[in-house]
Amino acid sequence: MPLYHDDDQAMLAESANQFMAEEGAIAKQLRHWRDRDCKDGFGHGLWEQFGEMGFNGILVDEADGGLGMGHVEAGIVLEEIGRNLTPSPFLTSSVLAATALKHGSDDLRGRYLPGLVEGKSVFAVAVDEGPKHRPETITCKAERSGNGFKLSGQKDFVVQGASADMLVVAARTSGSDSDEQGITLFAVPRDAAGMSHDAVRLVDSSMATHTKFDGVELDGDAVIGEVDNGRAILNAMLDAGRVGSAAEGVGVARGAMDMTVDYLKQRKQFGTLIGEFQALQHRAAHLYSEVEIARAAVIKAQQLLDAGSERASLMASVAKAKVAKTAGLAVREGVQMHGGIGMTDEYDIGLYMKRDRALQEFLGDAYYHAGRVAELSGY
Amino acid sequence: MSELEKFRQETRNWLEANCPPEMREPVRDEDDVYWGGRKASFKNDTQKAWFEACVEKGYTVPAWPKEYGGAGLNPAEAKILREEMSAIGARPPLSSFGIWMLGPALLHFGTEGQKQRFLNEIARGEIRWCQGYSEPGSGSDLVSLQTFGEDKGDHWTVNGQKVWTSYADKADWIFCLVRTDKNDKYRGITFMLFDMETAGVSTKPILLISGNSPFCETFFDDVDVPKSYGEDVPAYVGEINRGWDVAKYLLGHEREMISGADGGDRTSAIGAALKRQAGELDPVLRAELAMFDVDALAYSAMGEKFLDEIKVGKSHPAQPNMMKYAGTELNKRRHELMMSAGGSRALEWDSEETGGGKTSRNWLRTKANSIEGGTSEVMLNVISKRILELPGG
Ligand SMILES: Cc1cc2nc3c(=O)[nH]c(=O)nc-3n(C[C@H](O)[C@H](O)[C@H](O)COP(=O)(O)OP(=O)(O)OC[C@H]3O[C@@H](n4cnc5c(N)ncnc54)[C@H](O)[C@@H]3O)c2cc1C
Repeated sequence: MPLYHDDDQAMLAESANQFMAEEGAIAKQLRHWRDRDCKDGFGHGLWEQFGEMGFNGILVDEADGGLGMGHVEAGIVLEEIGRNLTPSPFLTSSVLAATALKHGSDDLRGRYLPGLVEGKSVFAVAVDEGPKHRPETITCKAERSGNGFKLSGQKDFVVQGASADMLVVAARTSGSDSDEQGITLFAVPRDAAGMSHDAVRLVDSSMATHTKFDGVELDGDAVIGEVDNGRAILNAMLDAGRVGSAAEGVGVARGAMDMTVDYLKQRKQFGTLIGEFQALQHRAAHLYSEVEIARAAVIKAQQLLDAGSERASLMASVAKAKVAKTAGLAVREGVQMHGGIGMTDEYDIGLYMKRDRALQEFLGDAYYHAGRVAELSGY
Repeated sequence: MSELEKFRQETRNWLEANCPPEMREPVRDEDDVYWGGRKASFKNDTQKAWFEACVEKGYTVPAWPKEYGGAGLNPAEAKILREEMSAIGARPPLSSFGIWMLGPALLHFGTEGQKQRFLNEIARGEIRWCQGYSEPGSGSDLVSLQTFGEDKGDHWTVNGQKVWTSYADKADWIFCLVRTDKNDKYRGITFMLFDMETAGVSTKPILLISGNSPFCETFFDDVDVPKSYGEDVPAYVGEINRGWDVAKYLLGHEREMISGADGGDRTSAIGAALKRQAGELDPVLRAELAMFDVDALAYSAMGEKFLDEIKVGKSHPAQPNMMKYAGTELNKRRHELMMSAGGSRALEWDSEETGGGKTSRNWLRTKANSIEGGTSEVMLNVISKRILELPGG
């Protein structure tokens, strides 16, 4: 398969681009909700519009009311989200949770997917325990109790946890903390007794929670997939989320780069446009090269995921790490090349820097993923 | 079975029958590579057999038309051949500047007579070409070149000096940029072709920091170049005084080639191989290797994307400059890491165990990657002007 968008994908890209530039624009969404101290950090109206556009069903099978498309298509939407810094539950709900639910029972899929596709339900994912992404170790416990389970422990960096109608929780049902096996995924409804959220606003104005499970009683049918065999689903969900977050990161990088290159063509100092200074030209050209390469890595990873290739995990980590480095460069160069105005809240470039920082950390940073590349390559 | 699958099967069978096992081993020494030409000799019979089989099949230049010595493969077939050759590690049967540079220029600008003669000679490895562009005063600013051809009616008398001419001492012919009008900087250069044995041509090898001597100073002292080698075979490509157009076109090809976008293992991950070689890796070195592998694997996806986009005309015309910049900088980093992983063994300059100092000599050689064919700084200039459209002269 060639590494560029086919005609259908190009059409989707065009409509996502238009929609996000209009409806998802920074002034209309990010700043709007931020300046009102919104407890969700995004607008439910926009989320329903996502549903109307069909975005939320991209990774949902046709039999479940979705579009049955792949990660390339989901990535197209995410890149536009990144470019416009559009706050939404798309990544956690329509990519991560949707991927996990593919492995869920008819009952679970019937309960949750219609609301997702319509843009009425919001899902969150509770994997991390502690400030860094270390999914190899899971201590949150689900013990058998009656016909179901009792869940205890704490999860951190649960993005949009307090807004979620359902949380996908990775818990340990057997074995010790760092065992590969013995993991089970649960779909935990928002009103589950014993679940409490400590909601925190993050640097990019998005919301996340530290979520406590204090003997939360769950029915057996809350299990996604099989008991004790959840690792494969967890990995599939995480890889989907990593590639998705890399696609959003490419959008952030491109947004920041475009803004910066435009600024180089407007701002005058010493009687010339600053874009005439070779010191800045070379840095901009280097950034361009990195963004192009990062984007290629992301498309490759999306295609490998869609093809179910055994190299998909390796390339997912390559993409996540490469984008983290590249988007980081884009926002740092962006702020620097804007000079003083780049430091002001009124100007948008700083918002890119903040969003990038949160995305870097989400599902593993560049260091984590470079380490995973080494491990998967056998060194 | 589709046409392409059939082609793949045939190609596989043909390679199985014609590519000797020794020709599937990695290239170790300079003489493992066959460059052709009047002065060339084969290292051994297998190299000869592989070369001759390819010539007959048109596989020294598979994508060129059959009448010019190629196999007339379309891009999809050429890709399959590349994939099948790389799957068994087949060596290229013939390497030459004729294939990489002059050939594409002739295919685009040449007369029928030039194509018949020169392309066939290149495809059969009969004539080895060198590239005479750079001069002592004209490197990055190539268009300022001074080597002058005085018009003498049916011929030019060429005087001047070229420098960094790769393999000038081994080449048979040169394609050379010569000023033919001193009053017009861009439209005063002619792209000439002539025999290195012409009276007045001399070369002087230059030693590189790698200890090898692959390039030369090339002197022209009253060299008479006829304007024509026979009917429809002019001694220049394109039009007289319009050689800059040809040179610019060709630089695009050269940059693609140097960027490694045409395949090869320059873009593959190295961490695992270096660990096997070095044993335990220092944790900080391991981290550097991992970061390198991220960049290398991402770049390799970019190479694939670049080729896919070129095929359908989706690539920005200046994109080869980006590929050249990123690919060569990456390759330099690769060799720095190979030196670090190799430790003191990698320092050995001529020991047998290191194949005559391969690691260190290759490391030094890669420093030229970001100089030859246009420096990294020049690539960045082109990206900022032509792709980002930043202002300034
Ligand atoms: C191994 C090798 C093989 C070669 N083979 C051939 C060959 O076969 N035929 C041939 O004709 N040539 C050949 N070359 C020459 C090569 O193309 C030139 O070396 C190259 O174009 C650079 O020119 P220069 O060496 O004069 O450096 P200069 O142009 O003098 O550059 C010196 C430094 O100044 C920088 N610089 C120059 N201009 C600018 C600018 N506008 N902005 C910012 N920085 C700038 C450069 O990037 C470089 O860092 C070869 C070179 C090498 C190293």
